[in-house]
Amino acid sequence: MEILLIVLLALMIGGAIFSLEAKDLLSAVIAYGVVGFGLVICFLLLQAPDLALVQIVVETITLIIMIAVILNSTREELKTKWGKKSVVYIVFSIVFTGLFLYFFNRATGSLSRFGEHTLRMSGAYLSKGAENTGSANLVTGVIFDFRGYDTLGEATILFTAVIGVLTVLRLRGRKKNND
Amino acid sequence: MKGMTVIVKKVTQIMCGITFLYGIYIIVHGHLTPGGGFAGGTIIAGSFMLLILAFGSEFLKLKKEETGSSITESSGILVFIIIAALGMVIGGTGVFFVNFLPKGEIGKLISAGVIPLYNIAVGMEVAAALVTIFLALLIYRDEVLK
Amino acid sequence: MIVYILTIFLFLVGLYGVLSKRNLIKIVIGLAIMEYSVNLFLILVGYVRGGTAPIIDADRQGELFVDPLPQAMVLTAIVIGLATTALLLAIAIRIYKKYGTFDIREIKNLKG
Repeated sequence: MEILLIVLLALMIGGAIFSLEAKDLLSAVIAYGVVGFGLVICFLLLQAPDLALVQIVVETITLIIMIAVILNSTREELKTKWGKKSVVYIVFSIVFTGLFLYFFNRATGSLSRFGEHTLRMSGAYLSKGAENTGSANLVTGVIFDFRGYDTLGEATILFTAVIGVLTVLRLRGRKKNND
Repeated sequence: MKGMTVIVKKVTQIMCGITFLYGIYIIVHGHLTPGGGFAGGTIIAGSFMLLILAFGSEFLKLKKEETGSSITESSGILVFIIIAALGMVIGGTGVFFVNFLPKGEIGKLISAGVIPLYNIAVGMEVAAALVTIFLALLIYRDEVLK
Repeated sequence: MIVYILTIFLFLVGLYGVLSKRNLIKIVIGLAIMEYSVNLFLILVGYVRGGTAPIIDADRQGELFVDPLPQAMVLTAIVIGLATTALLLAIAIRIYKKYGTFDIREIKNLKG
């Protein structure tokens, strides 16, 4: 199981690097789709079917909107310039990556190893959750009964994002067209 | 924007209704099987987007504003808040989000108190939000890039 | 632990895309990759080896279940990620309409 996850993650990293270095914007967006759909298989392997359902549809909608944005504008990538300072930048970024990974390894040393998670708070949710909420699907019970405020916050964020899109794409002079 | 070829239109006519019914099934059975309000809402939005993309905006004669889906989204989140506030009034303890309808047996369709109503409200809101975003982009493209 | 390190490497790839690319669409793609990697990391922490999905049947009691709490948090985070990506793309469309290019070095002059 872990071998499968490592292979999938390597594929997703390869897709992400290709998507950021592609010269054509359409190839970049399609390679970004590889990352999204690889994530769906990862969620199924980690026993989370609700998330796999949502991630498939969300990834498809994101791809549709991105391709619509790209096909209405340029499709070519801009050229990068290689100067003398590039060597210093590359060395600095490798040092930064090494330091980041080292400190991350130390910070997650107190987490359990992968796959041996101790359920402390979730033990109470799993043993009594079905009787207290009455729902067989525990994830739905946690969302709407034990953690209702977080769902209210999520609905507010979605509402605000839609208001933001409607404000940004407002057409000036609409009244002139309707006269 | 123009529509697509005849075979795409025919297949869309069949698949759109099936996808819409599948989305409603996932929303209503949210407390029994995996799914719930968010998954079902995005599936319903996907079926609407498929219809608009296959037939083109000229054929469907879209009005140049998106008020219908905007009203649906606002009323979805309003129903959510009203049910939560009713829990404060009716339930035993006076806090938000109390599950005040009777919980039946686990595994039946009518069970789990007020959770199916929450699922339907959130599903309406998520579907209407995604369709509103899509319609705003489409109308902007049609008006500006004539 | 290799799985954790690979996930954070995906996060770093997204960070590289946000910081060092000049094209606006590449910046949006980098931000979305960062969001995906964080969602995956939260689910990886809550996995129990040999567990099943947290749905309770009447005839299966006392089995090993996967942690349902991170799944509930990430379920809403995925939809929020879609909403923020759509908002960024709407802003990108407006920028292209006004300046004619996606290059971020040429849109710094705030003249009308």
